[in-house]
Amino acid sequence: MSGLRVPPLALIVLAALALAGLAASQALAPLPAHPSDAVTPTSFLTQAIPDSVPNAALVRHGRDLAIAGDCLSCHRRPGGPPFGGGLGLNTPFGVIYSSNITSDQNTGIGAWTGDQFYHAMHDGIDADGANLYPAMPYPAFSHASRADDDAILAYLKTTPAVSYRPPVNRLPFPLNFRFMVKAWNFLFFKPAPFQPDPGQSAAWNRGAYLVTGFGHCDGCHTPKNLFGADSTSRPLWGGDLDNWVAPDLTGNPRTGLGGWTADDIVEYLGTGRNAHGGAGGDMAEVVQYSTSLMSDQDRQAIAAYLKSRPASPDASPAQPDAGAMSRGAAIYSDACASCHLEGGVGQPRFFPPLGHDAVLQQADPVGLEHIILAGSRIAPTAARPSPLAMPSFAWKLTDQEAADVATYIRNSWGNRAAPVSASQMHAMRRRLDLETVHYTANSGDQR
Amino acid sequence: MVKLTFDRRRFLIGGAVVGTAGGAVAAALHDGELGGPAQTFNGTVPWQEGTADAPPGVSGTGYGFFTAAEAAFIEAAVERLIPNDAVGPGAVEAGVPFFLDRQLSGPFGRGDHYFLGGPWAKGVPEQGYQSRFSPAQLYRAAIAAIDRYAGGAFNGSTFANLAEADRDKVLKGLEAGTIQLDGGVDGKTFFAMFLQNTKEGYFSDPIYGGNKDMGAWKMIGFPGAHYDYSAWVTRHGERVPYPPVGFKGRPGWTQG
Amino acid sequence: MTTTLKPVDAVLVGFGWTGAIMGQQLCDAGLNVVALERGPWRDTSTDFATGFAQDELRYMWRHHLFQNVAYDTLTIRNNATQQALPMRHLGSFLLGTGVGSGGVHWNGQIWRFLESDFLTKSHNAQKYGQKAVTDYDLTVQDWGVTYGELEPYYDLFDKLCGTSGKAGNLKGQIQPGGNPFEGPRSNEYPTPPMAQTYAPTLFGQAAASLGRHPFPHPTGNLSRDYINPLGCQIGKCTYCGFCEKFGCGNYSKASPQTTVLPYLMAKPNFVLKTECEVLKVELTPDRKRATGVTYVNSAGEEFFQPAEMVILSAYVLQNVRLLLLSGIGQPYDPVSGQGVVGKNYAYQTMSSVNVFFDDKILNPFIGAGALATVIDDFNGDNFDHSGLGFIGGAYIAGMVTGGRPIEMIYTPQGTPAWGLEWKHAAAKNYLKSFAISVHGSCMSHRGNYLDLDPTYRDAYGRPMLRMTFDFTDNEHKMSDYLTDRAAEVAKAMNPREIKLNRRTGSWSVVPYQTTHNTGGAIMGDNPTDSVVNKYLQVWDVPNVFSLGSGAFPQNAGYNPTGTVAALAYHAAAQITSQYIKAPGALVQA
Repeated sequence: MSGLRVPPLALIVLAALALAGLAASQALAPLPAHPSDAVTPTSFLTQAIPDSVPNAALVRHGRDLAIAGDCLSCHRRPGGPPFGGGLGLNTPFGVIYSSNITSDQNTGIGAWTGDQFYHAMHDGIDADGANLYPAMPYPAFSHASRADDDAILAYLKTTPAVSYRPPVNRLPFPLNFRFMVKAWNFLFFKPAPFQPDPGQSAAWNRGAYLVTGFGHCDGCHTPKNLFGADSTSRPLWGGDLDNWVAPDLTGNPRTGLGGWTADDIVEYLGTGRNAHGGAGGDMAEVVQYSTSLMSDQDRQAIAAYLKSRPASPDASPAQPDAGAMSRGAAIYSDACASCHLEGGVGQPRFFPPLGHDAVLQQADPVGLEHIILAGSRIAPTAARPSPLAMPSFAWKLTDQEAADVATYIRNSWGNRAAPVSASQMHAMRRRLDLETVHYTANSGDQR
Repeated sequence: MVKLTFDRRRFLIGGAVVGTAGGAVAAALHDGELGGPAQTFNGTVPWQEGTADAPPGVSGTGYGFFTAAEAAFIEAAVERLIPNDAVGPGAVEAGVPFFLDRQLSGPFGRGDHYFLGGPWAKGVPEQGYQSRFSPAQLYRAAIAAIDRYAGGAFNGSTFANLAEADRDKVLKGLEAGTIQLDGGVDGKTFFAMFLQNTKEGYFSDPIYGGNKDMGAWKMIGFPGAHYDYSAWVTRHGERVPYPPVGFKGRPGWTQG
Repeated sequence: MTTTLKPVDAVLVGFGWTGAIMGQQLCDAGLNVVALERGPWRDTSTDFATGFAQDELRYMWRHHLFQNVAYDTLTIRNNATQQALPMRHLGSFLLGTGVGSGGVHWNGQIWRFLESDFLTKSHNAQKYGQKAVTDYDLTVQDWGVTYGELEPYYDLFDKLCGTSGKAGNLKGQIQPGGNPFEGPRSNEYPTPPMAQTYAPTLFGQAAASLGRHPFPHPTGNLSRDYINPLGCQIGKCTYCGFCEKFGCGNYSKASPQTTVLPYLMAKPNFVLKTECEVLKVELTPDRKRATGVTYVNSAGEEFFQPAEMVILSAYVLQNVRLLLLSGIGQPYDPVSGQGVVGKNYAYQTMSSVNVFFDDKILNPFIGAGALATVIDDFNGDNFDHSGLGFIGGAYIAGMVTGGRPIEMIYTPQGTPAWGLEWKHAAAKNYLKSFAISVHGSCMSHRGNYLDLDPTYRDAYGRPMLRMTFDFTDNEHKMSDYLTDRAAEVAKAMNPREIKLNRRTGSWSVVPYQTTHNTGGAIMGDNPTDSVVNKYLQVWDVPNVFSLGSGAFPQNAGYNPTGTVAALAYHAAAQITSQYIKAPGALVQA
């Protein structure tokens, strides 16, 4: 019976609790008696800011702007406190860690003045006068007004102080010298406060301010030049990042938002899913911590602006091989129809329909390769909390099989896009570290 | 601290995995309750891209568990349990002996999902399996005991060398419980497990080493791991055209 | 060394259906809740994805998602004269473990019990005389709760799952196409019934030709996609035939994972701890109040989790064992009939009829966990039992859950189990045969009970649970009568031949029957013959609640999950509206 022995300390604790219990047994306190002090990123960003907070209106405005800017996605390491920083961003040039922007006086921005904060947001210069790396999207943030920057700072100063210093960036020589950024800024960066277009509606102008400013959509959705700067001649034509594709957001009917209505865009940004698709990859966090928490008005403004973007030019992709199409059709029927159903019709808002799909038809198939090999999960939101996920097929499909089904999907049901080769698929498998199976906590029968 | 008396085997196995796959993986593996590291979840549904509780398929060729004598017994016995003819493959043609070999050298053979602790008593049939043997131990002991029995009953022959009719006679005797084996082996218990495992090897996904070329599925008309039959639910009485498919595909995935 | 943790408002012991439902309700009421689950985290896309979920060997026969009896089992015997021996391998019932537990690998059969099922003792005694409820040493009781009281909570569970079905009784109005025997429903099912494959369709036609009342089985395998009141999404079933004993890969089966966890896991005031097994509920010295639970994690570290409320939300066998191990309530003594904990353990009485055609291709692999056409004409007290010598009944279902070939190849009467003849019979009949299922009630009996085993101990040195159970003559007579009724329908289908698989002899742990174990922590209207009150609150220790089918005083002829869920919602409603304002007994003894 050794298992039933209660160690002495526990006995003492139990006795103490028992006494407390006896004393209270006549009239037990109502519940909750032990309120939780845990926060989630979403509860943190949506908790009420009471009127008792100094400058409450300004702070609320700043919080809304911090949401619009999706500050939390980058300024929080996995499982870390909101705005505590320390997330490693994989840029083509090395790993850059996000900073602590909590109210902590020493490691955060609690001691920053309004001028210093504006300087960082507008010019990319931190409080010590050092250049920030443009992983911090100050080229976009420079569109913001001083008043809005002041509001964000007011909000950040109300956040609980977190004492934490992020790791040192891992950049190769000579990029590890911050003064290199000065040269980059000279070449590619002009602080440019947002200029409203009087010929457009207020909603359109609001949308433009959000998309090009705080929303920093360019950061992913505009292709980059060799130096990692936005290719300004191809705005929102689609980019790639960290083994994902950030699709074309122009009106291109094949690869862009041409097939989406403004309402489709609003629903996508608000719930993480719509009749065409779901927000996965890095977009999942953008929806979770930014767009789903915005006002519906702001989502409509974004949609109005995006729907006004001229279509990117279309390309004519190479024809797929008939063998690949036939093999791909067989694999699709056996492995994919379970959710996307025969004919690629999908289940709208659950499992994306695959016909006439923009993500699948991107010139660069990297997004589809990633989804097939590693799986992808739709962002859970308050309105639609189900994190519906595509499973990983890396363990199941060979490179050739994965490539063939990708080619088939990219060229069926109204889609046309360049075929995918086994070597492309293999390269993605290697980059995702999926050459061996990643098991789950359940996989004990592998032994 | 509670003294855990149950997990010697798990720790031994876990240790073996540490050597090959790394501590984090070994600590995370789990089959049944209590085995992986304790985890605390708050605030979100956890998810890690690229992970899969993928099936524990088999690899290699040839026997790893069975000795040559045991393999001879197994092949001669499963050939009688599911004989080959034009209607469909026999158990040997379907690769059942190889399937059994891999099963017995893995978690099933070790009895990972059997409680084998004492005290032991025979009990009544309604109380089910009451042996102290793991399945691998039971196979090993039973095959030897059946060969001894065959030697006694049939002039020194092993089971594998008996004529078909005599092999059937022995198998029927084991099934009915009329043959008493030595070595602490209950022949009826063994036969029930052996027949069940043979059918498992015949009809399970080819990833486990049996059901070669999905021949058993073709014989009965089972499409295997296909998942979407929506279009055929109300097409009453029609033959469904999907060819059988296993977890790792079918010929149409790689040909054409 | 036991580490004492920060106190919480409620601790949930076990995290399957009832834990998820109660957790969601308590968290929405603002309570700080911790759930302790002894198994691992599990979710659709990683642990039972479409690419590998349809694996008969791994899940059905190697028990990959089930409780591992190597680490936790119980002892079993048919009667008190036998020595109980350990259940060394799963068979008769397939216990769950891990997050979602049995809710992951259930069929999705969502039933409500009949109005008369909640009044087993008084209704049958009044109609058939006192002997009807005491013959064969039956110990049946009324539930202390009525169908009418539970109806709103059945309705909540239907809305949570998006149950697919056709109402037969809407607010007292009998509806064509539904079950005319069911109690009145406040609402139609949230989604329409599933489409029926050939075999259930033929069954329905045959049953109707005999004057029976066929209707589509209510299911948690959804006929179309659905968004529940928590915002959670359940997809459309594709009839893959791998529901029962398997996890659903395409989100189309109602489970804690698809219906509750996306909402609950996002709550800041909810914490889930996996690989943590509760050893004991700790009590104050006067044993009138629980102070929390002691648990051990997979590293062998022991913790005391103080809590204002302890919710036993594990499977019935675990809940009853924890009550016994913790010294909560008086253990039942079958000799004197005194005591309550462990009393009235019951099960389900199953039989079947196989139907073989020459000329009809049934495609049995097109299936779902609850894909069936059903008749309820002979369930509960839907028919006159006068002179039959038993109470209770069964639903009869022309059911095709799938065509998994290791388990579900049916061969005609007299076919050997192996050899060429068996193979030919398998090849000939696989596509052209199916099973009619007879899903019978099981009344409680003086000699059927649960207690602690005097010999066998678990890994922590705690006594194993001991199950003493056998079918009584009431069950045998009921089952024979019902199997004959099923055979009538089978014959009316004009098949080549049929085969009756009657329920004979003593209960055996070997063949799979159902994972519908009930009783042992039964509910009632007074503490002398029940463990919990109608709100599942333990009479003796009012801050302990025992959820699940342990509360059933006997088992009805239906799958239990709908009633288990309704009882949990019913309890939660009383806890969140009354108990949390003034913690204490919700019903005065």
